[in-house]
Amino acid sequence: MGRYVARRLLQMIPVFIGATLLIFLMVNVMGDPIAGLCGERACDPATAAQLKREFGLDQPLWRQYATYMGNVFTGNFGTAFNGQPVTELMAAAFPVTVRLTIVAIAIEIVIGIALGVVTGLRRGHPVDTGVLLATLVVISVPTFVTGLLLQLLLGVSWGWIRPSVSPAAGFGELIVPGLVLASVSLAYVTRLTRTTIAENKRADYVRTAIAKGLPRRRVVTRHLLRNSLIPVVTFIGTDIGALMGGAIVTERIFNIHGVGYQLYQGILRQNTQTVVGFVTVLVLVFLFANLLVDLLYAVLDPRIRYA
Amino acid sequence: MAAALMMAGCGGGGGFGGAGVLTSSWGDPQNPLEPANTNEVQGGKVLDMVFRGLKKYDPRTGRAVNMLAERISTTDSRTFTVTVKDGWRFSNGEPVTARSFVDAWNYGASLRDNQKNAYFFGYIDGYDKAHPDSGRQRADTLSGLRVTGPRTFTVRLNQKFAGFPDTLGYAAYAPLPRAFFTDHAGWLRKPVGNGPYRIASYTKGSAMTLKKWKGYPGPDPARNEGVTLLVYTDSNTAYTDVLAGNLDLVDDVPATQLKNVRTDLDGRYINTPAGILQTLAFPYYDPKWNTAGARKVRTGLSMAIDRAQITETIFRRTRTPATDWTSPVLGTAGGFQDGLCGHACAYDPAGARRLVREGGGIPGGRLKITYNADTGSHKQWVDAVCNSINNALGDDKACVGNPVGTFADFRNQIGQHRMSGPFRAGWQMDYPLIQNFLQPLYYTDASSNDGKWSNKQFDRLVDRANAETDRAASVRLFQEAEKVVRDNMAAIPLWYQNGSAGYTARLSHVTLNPFSVPVYNEIKVG
Repeated sequence: MGRYVARRLLQMIPVFIGATLLIFLMVNVMGDPIAGLCGERACDPATAAQLKREFGLDQPLWRQYATYMGNVFTGNFGTAFNGQPVTELMAAAFPVTVRLTIVAIAIEIVIGIALGVVTGLRRGHPVDTGVLLATLVVISVPTFVTGLLLQLLLGVSWGWIRPSVSPAAGFGELIVPGLVLASVSLAYVTRLTRTTIAENKRADYVRTAIAKGLPRRRVVTRHLLRNSLIPVVTFIGTDIGALMGGAIVTERIFNIHGVGYQLYQGILRQNTQTVVGFVTVLVLVFLFANLLVDLLYAVLDPRIRYA
Repeated sequence: MAAALMMAGCGGGGGFGGAGVLTSSWGDPQNPLEPANTNEVQGGKVLDMVFRGLKKYDPRTGRAVNMLAERISTTDSRTFTVTVKDGWRFSNGEPVTARSFVDAWNYGASLRDNQKNAYFFGYIDGYDKAHPDSGRQRADTLSGLRVTGPRTFTVRLNQKFAGFPDTLGYAAYAPLPRAFFTDHAGWLRKPVGNGPYRIASYTKGSAMTLKKWKGYPGPDPARNEGVTLLVYTDSNTAYTDVLAGNLDLVDDVPATQLKNVRTDLDGRYINTPAGILQTLAFPYYDPKWNTAGARKVRTGLSMAIDRAQITETIFRRTRTPATDWTSPVLGTAGGFQDGLCGHACAYDPAGARRLVREGGGIPGGRLKITYNADTGSHKQWVDAVCNSINNALGDDKACVGNPVGTFADFRNQIGQHRMSGPFRAGWQMDYPLIQNFLQPLYYTDASSNDGKWSNKQFDRLVDRANAETDRAASVRLFQEAEKVVRDNMAAIPLWYQNGSAGYTARLSHVTLNPFSVPVYNEIKVG
């Protein structure tokens, strides 16, 4: 197990370097960020040159990347154009998005798996057909439609929630945005759970467990569910990263000042330091989420542990 | 930080409001909030509340009136003697003196300080030493500025510029307290000024609370208890919040909501002209566009654009078809002349076809209008303009849009002179003077002359207008210069842009100034 974890950690290094280098190149290809800094008029050449020097943009690209990565390892992510250290932006944005992601993942796990188990055990029942239809609708409607619709109905027409989230962004305010963010994944989790449960229901070990006279509750939770969860855990694990990076639409609709918002602003203003910094952290989140998934496999299925 | 926000959240109204306090939508300022470093409207909004300069532009007429200036006198339109009024203070108690201005202006001009509005000080003697175009700076201060007493200083310009005092209402000329220089980082966290509001708290990227400053000595104190600016990621969300009563004021009604805004807000919607003109500029560094024939083609293209229909259908009358190269906010006394463009700006497909043919056709065979596609829904109107041109010329391939991904890249390509055809150019005035609509854009090698247009007659007229001490005569000369722009169709004027705002029933006396910024201190709550 220890060697397995170590090997996985070593594999992360090239992925990390490759991903950050790619983002660095992509942001730089878009042109000179200083050019957009002075609004509709051109920056005067002397100030532009000095700003370039200050942000290190006058150096060759490879050196910019080397300096940047060197700084990152000491925890210095550079300065955004508005004079704020990028770490400060991160300290403000990541907790918000993490909370949003936790809400979304919790909704996925609780509602998604519960619906999946219920429908998986009762294939062909009206409940099953109804949930299947509902998930189909959720998957096919884009997030921004769901988001705007809920915002308009719950926020303006009925007045149950505030249409926008306050800067503090507490858990309570994030329930509706979390639901919107989770909606599509929720549908996938339901369908995935349903399929594996339905498959495993006919497995020998389930029949044995029933034949032993175990209570139905125990058969479902200990035997059936545990073995059916592996693909679901894989999906949810990779979804953590996807939700954090992909919250941009939801965050915009509900005015949540999280990672998506900062990335959007960074790209719009072509702020290399912000974009690369946030993506670097997101890459790390992805990698660790994947690692977590692999470790969870070992917990769920002991055979993987000994391999 | 979270605790502070929670406490702020305990107020009534929109959660951030409270008795007499209004909440307003805001965007994250692009640059650090320094007067000489703020060149976009969101940061400018704050400066407008916390600073007062020597002059202030009247929110209704746009005229520059004395604020901190007791007197600005000159005998030769080149050396100005400024007397600062007595009794003004910064909100930290420090008196505003002549030095507060001179130090601030020296800071703004110095290359070392990276101030994006440094060019505003370019008229003052010694600017070329404190801010050379290349190489190291040879002076830290402007030689043209001299403190002559606690409340008096002199400004010597490097050329005659009679309109100079009228430019001093711009935020870049605001005075700065000592704390700005002694504790710069601390000042940036919480700017201190001398305006009707003081900043109570500032959480970068999310909110700023401004409180009425009780000790404000000026004639325009706040008529509300304070303003809370909330950063919105999307103007649609801000608008939705106004509908739900969670936000009091939104100063940018999104285009998609314009259809319903009148019924939604029941008359609490403002749509007034601002000092913004949209034009199509041309690359004169490309020899194809710099010929006598091309001049006719440009006039023809201008006549091929159906401005009335585009402003009606795409902008829902939040733009007004342009008939000159300035803005209605100047007023006729200030130099706005309705219809100066004449038939060249009137839709006339037959005339357009004839002129383009006489001029030898579109240079390069096809018109490509370059714009940035990331903000401002420019795609829609560029497509509409092209459509209009194609219809007029009877050739559905005559004009196409040429989108550029980001604004930075768009500016970059303009700066590197890589335009092969017309490109989108928007001009938001710095101060309500006709000079500001002409000189920076069309004077040879001027700061925003992106197309590198150059005309000796125009330059001569502008020089004469600047030297003219009589205001009316100066405006007339600028209009003469504007006619040179027209006769050459240096840039095609498209439309004047309006400012828009919507607000809840809690507020009254909401107006927008000529810069399309709400006049916050006049708003009454409750």
